[in-house]
Amino acid sequence: MSEKKRQSRLTAYAAIGAAGTLVLSACGARAGEEDAAVAESCVDTDGDTIKIGFINSQSGNMAISETTVNDVLHMAADQINEDGGVNGYELEIVEEDGQSEPATFAERSEYLLTQECVAAVFGGWTSASRQAMLPVFENNNGLLFYPTQYEGLESSENVFYSGATTNQQILPALEYLKEEEEIESLYLVGSDYVFPRTANMLIQQWAEENDVEILGEDYTPLGSTDFSTIANTVAASDADAVFNTLNGESNVAFFSQFDDAGLTAEEMPVMSVSIAEEEVDGIGPALLDGHLTSWNYYQTLEDPENEEFVAAFQETYGEDRVTSDVMQSSYNSLFLWAAMAEEAGSFDVDEIREVADGTSIDAPEGEVTVDGETQHVTKTPRIGVINSDGLIDPIWEGELTDPDPYLEDYQWADDEEAAEYAEEAED
Amino acid sequence: MDVVLSQLVAGISVGSILLLAAIGLALTFGQMGVINMAHGEFIMIGAYVAFVMQGLFGSGVSLLVAIPAAFLVGGIFGVVLEQILIRHMYHRPLDTLLATFGVGLILQQLARDLFGAPAVQVSNPPWLSGSVQILGTNVPLTRLFILLLVVAVVAGLAALMAYTSLGRRIRATVLNRNLAETSGISTRWTDRTTFFIGSGLAGVAGVTVTLIGATSPTMGTSYIVDAFLVVVAGGIGRIKGAVIAAFSLGILQAFIEYSTTASIAKFIVLIAVVAFLQLRPQGLVSVQTRSLA
Repeated sequence: MSEKKRQSRLTAYAAIGAAGTLVLSACGARAGEEDAAVAESCVDTDGDTIKIGFINSQSGNMAISETTVNDVLHMAADQINEDGGVNGYELEIVEEDGQSEPATFAERSEYLLTQECVAAVFGGWTSASRQAMLPVFENNNGLLFYPTQYEGLESSENVFYSGATTNQQILPALEYLKEEEEIESLYLVGSDYVFPRTANMLIQQWAEENDVEILGEDYTPLGSTDFSTIANTVAASDADAVFNTLNGESNVAFFSQFDDAGLTAEEMPVMSVSIAEEEVDGIGPALLDGHLTSWNYYQTLEDPENEEFVAAFQETYGEDRVTSDVMQSSYNSLFLWAAMAEEAGSFDVDEIREVADGTSIDAPEGEVTVDGETQHVTKTPRIGVINSDGLIDPIWEGELTDPDPYLEDYQWADDEEAAEYAEEAED
Repeated sequence: MDVVLSQLVAGISVGSILLLAAIGLALTFGQMGVINMAHGEFIMIGAYVAFVMQGLFGSGVSLLVAIPAAFLVGGIFGVVLEQILIRHMYHRPLDTLLATFGVGLILQQLARDLFGAPAVQVSNPPWLSGSVQILGTNVPLTRLFILLLVVAVVAGLAALMAYTSLGRRIRATVLNRNLAETSGISTRWTDRTTFFIGSGLAGVAGVTVTLIGATSPTMGTSYIVDAFLVVVAGGIGRIKGAVIAAFSLGILQAFIEYSTTASIAKFIVLIAVVAFLQLRPQGLVSVQTRSLA
């Protein structure tokens, strides 16, 4: 190509780029103005439908997990509509793709609240996406239902947290390891981001109080596939158990190389808090057989609500599909919102918040009750052992536990330190 | 001593993975100067070939069938890409970069549509479970297998370049394309063949990484950066450079990681490579070319 032609082509690209930026900044300005203007909610209750928003990543690296949440949310909405809707209104769903990008979550949720005027939004998975959406919901007095188990230390008036906080998942896991497996030492392995780092900080504080020795704490970059060094150090440490907060595909590499290093579930069980039924299949049940997980829900739970839930899900999406903790929490969140709106007799955010405390539903995981103060829900901690069929059998069940996101009932927990830490990690 | 040995073994196995991921790139980028961002997706294709073969032949034999099959499939994808896209963009490296990045995204989506977004499971053959004792440290059989495979691939490639007429044609084209053409070498055919071999080797790398990591549509992205790092540090145009660079980076990574953390090790290795390239921009081993371009 001649130099001149190349030049003109480059200029054209630059022009397109500049135009794009202009359009974007124009959008930004518009959104900014609206921020100040929106005081009253614009939710439309004139017709016989009410709009709600689903925001899940349909693309990007989180699509793997978040599409399953989207499936189950649709199922919940269909079930509610079949039963006559909420306050006599049929649910109308507006869907947005978070694209696995926190900034997109913020932008699309603002669109849902201010343009589509939805009554409530369901979704988000990573802590980063939740934190990005937080100011949007607070500024517009919206309502977000966040389904994932997370690192705690948060309680926003505009968010209902239907997943577990630390005292409903991580602490029970530690308690189980100490009481039932009688461990004296522990090795921590996690992905390098806010959830594992905050969780491990709490684990360190717990360990000090409970005379459990932490023999090592290792982090790998998200998506890392090399664990040969970590497998070596874990093997050499001779710890009684491993506490695993790795995320996503790193788990495949970790368990494969853990196995390569000659380590077994009998000698050194791995307790995982991010591996549910959906992930077991990709890692391979053979590598996971006998290892432990900590969740509030397993597909194998034997109560009528769960059997109904699993049957309905598999009928809609296929016999080979599995149900997991986060999916179940998402499913619950829609019913919790419906129950609160019915109780309030309105879709107004303030009125819903007022009646929230004590709202209860019979969920697949058992009875779930909203705590009005923290806007989290009660949960039953359950330890499971992964079986060779790729499902998880519950082997231990704790008491129904009230949410305590700031660990105020735990003397040893220095949550200020952890909160500072979480904030730093976020930056 | 134990630590030194076990980390040395860990470093060599990291290095062998790096080298496998990079060796195909050393051909397409190193020899031909094509920045193929879809190289990682060719690795992914190889991994899915292993998955499909496992379904056809059952775990065990399937690995041995998968290696040649993945070479073929990866190679065919490479030739098709070269034929319809890259050959129109020789001498426009930046356009190639963007276009092949796009192709990579398309291939990822294709894998998602065909096999689903979640990772699929490729189980290790029974004859590769367990480990052997070498010099007092445990070496997993999978790692040993990967190392032996790398040695075989590098030896095969070196022999091809040194002793066959195809190798001579490739080298002639790299050294001076115009003169090679004048001497009656079909550089078009040579380019296509080089691309076939380079992409095929990415496919082979894909089969082997199923032994240690996840098989998912986006898996290629975790190898592509390291692969480029190895080729650039090793020096463009020489397989020998890639070999030395891969094992040095692997061993460096393993030792730093042992005394610090994985994140810091990655960071230090990257800084080390950047610093090294400041001192020696042409990389470890460089080719003296007489071409005018």
